[in-house]
Amino acid sequence: MLADNRPLVSSLASAETGPAISPLKPGASIASDAAAGQWTLIRHRFFRNKVAAFAGCIILLLYLIGAFAEFLAPGLPNASRPQYTFAPPQRISFFAPGADGGREFLPHVKGYRIEIEPQALRRTFVIDENKVIPIGFFVDGPAYRLWGLIPMTTHLMGPLDSREPMYLLGSDRLGRDLLSRLIYGTRISMSIGLAGVAISLTLGIVFGAISGFYGGWVDTVIQRVIEIVSAMPTIPLWLGLAAAIPLTWSPLSVYFVVTLIVSLLGWTGLAREVRGRFFALRGEDFVTAARLDGSRERRIIFRHILPSLTSHILAVVTLAVPTMIVAETSLSFLGVGLKPPVVSWGVLLQDAQNVRSVATAPWLLIWPSLAVVTAVLSFNFFGDGLRDAADPYDS
Amino acid sequence: MQDIILSVRNLSLDFRLRTHILHAVRDVSFDLRRGKTLCLVGESGSGKSVTARALMRIIDKPGRLVSGQILLDGPGGVVDIATLPERGREILALRGGRIGLVFQEPMSSLSPVHTIGSQIVEAIRQHRKLSKKDARARAADLLRQVEIPDPERMLDRYTFEFSGGMRQRAMIAMALACDPDILIADEPTTALDVTTQAEILDLIRRLQQERGMAMLLITHDMGVVAEIADEVAVMRYGRIVESGPVDSIFHASSHPYTRQLLDATVRLESGAAARSPAATSIFEAKAVEPVISVRGLSKTYGSVGRIFGFGGGSSGGLKAVDNVDFDLYSGENLGIVGESGSGKTTIGRLLLRITEPTSGSITYRAPEGRSVDVTGLNKTELRAYHRDVRLIFQDPFASLNPRMTVRQIIADPLLVSGQMSDRQAGERVAELLRLVGLDPLAMERYPHAFSGGQRQRIGIARALALEPRVIIADEATSALDVSIRSQILDLLLSIQQRLGLSFIFISHDISVVRYFCDRVAVMHKGRIVETGDAETICTNPSEPYTRRLISSVPNPDPRNKRMLHRMRLQES
Repeated sequence: MLADNRPLVSSLASAETGPAISPLKPGASIASDAAAGQWTLIRHRFFRNKVAAFAGCIILLLYLIGAFAEFLAPGLPNASRPQYTFAPPQRISFFAPGADGGREFLPHVKGYRIEIEPQALRRTFVIDENKVIPIGFFVDGPAYRLWGLIPMTTHLMGPLDSREPMYLLGSDRLGRDLLSRLIYGTRISMSIGLAGVAISLTLGIVFGAISGFYGGWVDTVIQRVIEIVSAMPTIPLWLGLAAAIPLTWSPLSVYFVVTLIVSLLGWTGLAREVRGRFFALRGEDFVTAARLDGSRERRIIFRHILPSLTSHILAVVTLAVPTMIVAETSLSFLGVGLKPPVVSWGVLLQDAQNVRSVATAPWLLIWPSLAVVTAVLSFNFFGDGLRDAADPYDS
Repeated sequence: MQDIILSVRNLSLDFRLRTHILHAVRDVSFDLRRGKTLCLVGESGSGKSVTARALMRIIDKPGRLVSGQILLDGPGGVVDIATLPERGREILALRGGRIGLVFQEPMSSLSPVHTIGSQIVEAIRQHRKLSKKDARARAADLLRQVEIPDPERMLDRYTFEFSGGMRQRAMIAMALACDPDILIADEPTTALDVTTQAEILDLIRRLQQERGMAMLLITHDMGVVAEIADEVAVMRYGRIVESGPVDSIFHASSHPYTRQLLDATVRLESGAAARSPAATSIFEAKAVEPVISVRGLSKTYGSVGRIFGFGGGSSGGLKAVDNVDFDLYSGENLGIVGESGSGKTTIGRLLLRITEPTSGSITYRAPEGRSVDVTGLNKTELRAYHRDVRLIFQDPFASLNPRMTVRQIIADPLLVSGQMSDRQAGERVAELLRLVGLDPLAMERYPHAFSGGQRQRIGIARALALEPRVIIADEATSALDVSIRSQILDLLLSIQQRLGLSFIFISHDISVVRYFCDRVAVMHKGRIVETGDAETICTNPSEPYTRRLISSVPNPDPRNKRMLHRMRLQES
């Protein structure tokens, strides 16, 4: 206890007045948590976990990339250039041979030249060390509308002459820029799961709360329903639903609808979690005290029980998002989720389905997978950290 | 000195917390002698447990041994435990081998999935090269030494089949498995009933003398100290403030804190002397109507007939409360005492209908003179009843919502009943906080900023917020340190005089009941065995059960050890 000023102690003038404490560093003052609420304590605890805090930063970064995809991407996701198919990634260099024979500062990438493979007689692009393509920040490039509204032509970075090729992560079989597609894909992949999670969350909390608070036969009925729902196989359902949706719908809305339907089945885990918490909290002394204070049921639930749950729910949600991301990726990879021309990480991985393209253009496999792994890991670390910090009051 | 087996010199331990470094133990020195008992006594947070744990190097993180020596005398010369590596072989050999440890909580210190026998055998074979069969024979012998009947069969029982006292005996058997030179007992009887406590202390004492072990007993209870100690060290805020032979500590203590600790204990022991002597039985004599009157109240759990909806209702099942009658008069303090499982807490819950009674009636006389049948109230009427009859909880930590400020907690009943605006409620909260002796400025703080005693004051303020007539205090002081305990009791008494309340005071602690109550009802196995004037019950009870209960209470005077002359009742 920090603010311990028991009268017992103060009555003894000669004695010490409390446990001996000293600040962490000599001369520093001693902080007090006395007026710190639940969220302040959670924040303190969360930021002590450096990995989780770092993962949180990565997640924030990914969402920022998704939000400003048009501006950050050097090109347009679906602009194909058949003259640069499977072009390998370029490296950025900062010094180029100057006109006077010395080296001058000039950020640039190297251009490509065509080579014919002698065995397969196939055209391949290789880096041409002699071709210098100057690049820069805030350059004019292909026209786009930011968030579909504001017409702009400025890109964060790109070649000074927008007709020159710049493929920092390489290009695909149609000569589209992988970096731009990855950035656009971030927007879709990181957001498409959220709607599903939101629906699962609502259903889970409502049914879990009712089940846990009232108990008895209400609980029994809801639990049996949960068991039936969670017995349904998800993957065949996804496949079936994806096939049953009219072909005329846009691929994005198809996927959206499928996510919604599956989230109608995905709320069961959360409902169980919430029910368990309610059961535990219902027997807590402070809830009994609230009942004896004359609180009605609604006030007990919303004022006393739910605030104790919010942090846990937040953690559960954070851990549910990566499942959705992985689901999107795997379904798109199988060809039943998102389909071109929509760009998502899963769609990008479709291009890496056959061994031949992986052999010629390994970057098509590496970068989208890396994006998925980074996102999923970050969410998991973040969620774990949040779960550990969620209850700041257990000793 | 030949007989010193362990000596601790200038031991200091630090806990590096998030906001500050806590110097939990500072410059502590003491000696343990063969065949003698040293009692380390202090209130919660004084550093006594962590000192004992340091002797075995099992300090929890983020604790750290800063300096000092722990010198253990052994066959191979003196070893400094403080310098041994924490996971080394030497320290493992000491733990359980030369130093045995008995924990406070017998419920959680034994594994629920292994038999008692296998756990003791495990402890033996950790340190001795014995065959399984020999180890088992030794385990049975140990159980016999700790007076567990039929030890051969008990070896194959699981923890849950043992009562609390039996578990503590098994725990002691385990600690003694390798004939340690030193036994550390960390609050070994705090979780037990007084009668069981007396038996366990008796047992420990005898075993220690037979084996010539040194013992370090950690306790907060001056009564236990007086009964069992040879020497005493009083700890406070990480320092030993005073140490010496038990008699001089109790009768010639020099440190003010020791005296204060003793005063608080003795004051509780001496009974309600400060209260008006006329309070004895004027209530029945005046033939006034009681505020609450209970007739034939029963609560049966797990009755087979009720689950399946047929059969004769009360067939089988556990009778937690069995046909209880009592009256509570206005301005009176009624104590309900009993051991754990006697049904006293259930009575409190039945009175408030947190638990529904199986049968019987509770009649409440409302201020306007109307009689209310509590068992027949609907939800709205029950809310009105709950405004008049309030509850103070046992656990000051669990009963306050950690996510609400003190102001929100105390104002909650005021706002819910719709009597007050937010601003008025704030003023009332300030007034209530002053009433319970807390600074009104603290109302924007959260409960975690307060100590146990302060939290209990907050709980009392919440109970008083609606100007109740009756307060049910369910073990309201049992989670508190002894000096805080008497403060809270005095606070309740002064509030009672000012507001004219009646109390139902449920407790297992006879001295507290004696101090606080006018009349006492003694409960045993769901029944009230005896009701009467508090002083009479505590000094001259008529029922044998009450007599046994009273004689088991440790007396805080080493010259007059009550427990050794206590009545032992041969009973299941």
